[in-house]
Amino acid sequence: MYSLSELDTISKRASRAAGFSWGISEEIGKAIRNLELFGLPGIKNLSLYLKKIKKNHPEKIKKLEKENKSKELCPIYCGVAFLDQCNLLEKLKIIKFYNVHYPLLILPFISKSSEILGKKLLIQYNDTSFLANFNKSILLKNIDTQICHLTSEIRIEILENNNSFSEQDWKELYKLSEETFVDETESLRSKGAGAGLTDND
Amino acid sequence: MSELNIKFRDPNEIMKLSRLGSFHQSKLSFLRSFIREFKNWDYKIDLFDLDKNGYGTAIYSFSKNKRSYSLICFAQHIDENERSDRVIATKWDAAFVLHDGIPTKDDINRLKENVPKQEVGRVSYKELTLSRANRSVRAFDHVVNSLSAGKQPDKILLNKVGYLYRTTAVYGSGKFGLADRFRIKDRKEIYGPFRLEMMLVYLVRQFTFDQVNYIAKCRDYKKAVQLDAKIARNLGIGNSTGLGMAPFIVNHPTLLHQWIYCREKALKEIRSIEEVNNNDLNIFKDCLSKSKVSVNSWLTDSKYQNSKINSLKSDLIKFDQYLEKECSAKIKYLWNEIYKWSEKNLKEECLEYIVSMMMEPYDEIIDPLINNMSSEEDEYFTIPAHKKVSDLKIILENNYKSIIKINFEAKDNTTNFWFISKNKEEPRIANRYEETGAELEQPLAIARDIKKLYEKIILAKQSSTIGEFLLFNDDVRHVVRRAFIIDEFQYSEIQDNTIGATLIPIDMLRLKLSFFGAVKFDPRSDKWLRINMYQGAPLSNELKNSNDTWVYNVIN
Repeated sequence: MYSLSELDTISKRASRAAGFSWGISEEIGKAIRNLELFGLPGIKNLSLYLKKIKKNHPEKIKKLEKENKSKELCPIYCGVAFLDQCNLLEKLKIIKFYNVHYPLLILPFISKSSEILGKKLLIQYNDTSFLANFNKSILLKNIDTQICHLTSEIRIEILENNNSFSEQDWKELYKLSEETFVDETESLRSKGAGAGLTDND
Repeated sequence: MSELNIKFRDPNEIMKLSRLGSFHQSKLSFLRSFIREFKNWDYKIDLFDLDKNGYGTAIYSFSKNKRSYSLICFAQHIDENERSDRVIATKWDAAFVLHDGIPTKDDINRLKENVPKQEVGRVSYKELTLSRANRSVRAFDHVVNSLSAGKQPDKILLNKVGYLYRTTAVYGSGKFGLADRFRIKDRKEIYGPFRLEMMLVYLVRQFTFDQVNYIAKCRDYKKAVQLDAKIARNLGIGNSTGLGMAPFIVNHPTLLHQWIYCREKALKEIRSIEEVNNNDLNIFKDCLSKSKVSVNSWLTDSKYQNSKINSLKSDLIKFDQYLEKECSAKIKYLWNEIYKWSEKNLKEECLEYIVSMMMEPYDEIIDPLINNMSSEEDEYFTIPAHKKVSDLKIILENNYKSIIKINFEAKDNTTNFWFISKNKEEPRIANRYEETGAELEQPLAIARDIKKLYEKIILAKQSSTIGEFLLFNDDVRHVVRRAFIIDEFQYSEIQDNTIGATLIPIDMLRLKLSFFGAVKFDPRSDKWLRINMYQGAPLSNELKNSNDTWVYNVIN
């Protein structure tokens, strides 16, 4: 299983390779790490989204408003703008984003905002609702009733520490992350650390 | 409370690279604090399954109160021409992994399949640290040959080399699938930084002694003698360190702050002592005097390091004369007087040496600081985006005084760029005007980017929030984060240009290595160096009765 630290690093580098600034890429690394920590498929969603925008980088959000409309909105730029200005939500009560790609990717930013605001936040899209809980967890709110008086069985099963993504998802993201690396020319190699010296003593 | 009101030293002075590159090991160093913490744990060899050439598997453990840490060693044969102690090598004489608890047979088999395989091998959350090492060509065979012939090895040769094995990087915190730090961070015994990395190196050192003794015995059972404990004690573990460490100290600003802050706090408290007792003064004198033996046996071919060593040696002579003539325990605030004199009369290399020495008598000051040398970095990651642009402008002007004066239009100030090499995934530095790849620069040109941020900030609407500012300026987001960190952690930033033509990257490495407790810095170029760890340290059977000044043990 990949460690959270590896997920953070590769997500950050891949995001940089896909055209995000270093500062935003750092946010993405932490965000994906949190999604995976909370058991949500961050790597898979990021990998697909970065592939989608690789050739055509999304537009940035210019102003955060009650209703943010565009033909296409980027979950990362929306998420970071929301995180940076989450205090607005206290005034506006509800903020909406329309036509957001891979909406799961906005969740970790809302979750962090919940911690900053000290309030639980409810996120809804399609038929799914999530509860951001002071960045301690993100709950999928699909419980029909609050109280269950009797259940015939409670089953608890240990789950192995498996990745939430396939090896192929990881390879694709890793390949993208490699685009932040510099192919070493002969000249670079000859001047690099340890070049020209033997360290075999 | 001292009536002198000694202040913390100015980050603008201390965080310059030439100063940071003059730091020495001290009582705060991680090697020493590891031994203080683990000396009372039970040490055991759980498995020693080597063949007559010393290849095979061995397991060493430390246990206490139902908790165990086990080092699993895999030693293998490699051809002479395959041996290189660079992190980028593909084969090693030995590979080591520190396992959390006692490994099962399945664990050992799993690790045997993966640990020696370098980058393609994977470990699990049950493993904590990992490293690889090579035998010293100069020393290893000589020691085995001598012992098997019933003789002790040549001390002069061993003094020159200083170790039987050199490790490369010691990995932790999630690399190659190792446990993430959050899984273990609440264990009290590893509150001090890099504890488990230090444990791995200590146990590797013991393995090297056991391995040479074993091979010698296999070669000639009747004649062979054990490596003399005194000789073994004076051997450490070598380490080759390249540019990988440099980004580390830039990428972990709050951690860097904690290290420097603890050192500065210790110095401040020591300078504030009004009455210095004779016993403490004698401990200082004793450590200083013993340490000079080590300085005199410090060998390197590096011109740069030799000039630093020579400056240290001549300043130490000056300091000795001052100490003898002008210092006595009767002087009030003696340490402060010594510090002020040193600051005025000694160069950086010796000044920081004396600062390290001044800590020696004071367990009661140093020990409480050790556990504060880690950092919960994620707590400081979020940018306080509700703050105003005017707040950020003040922070930049207060904390980056010299950096915002640098002219980054001048080519000399932007000569280099940091990158990660595709071939080996290791950090590198190159000349941006001569080489290709600068468009893939890593975000390590902090001074240049801070200056760019400052230029943007002075033109921005001062009453805007940082959140509003960042909507249009996400290219400087990474340094906005740092600026808010330095506002809280004054020693979090190197106050120098890390891409200038005059940069000496090994200054950045030496800073980190001095906190590790390394000695005998031996630069092999301006981009990598060799060091020695645990030279003089107690052997495993001496741990329980060891004292903390082992680092000054005389090297024979």
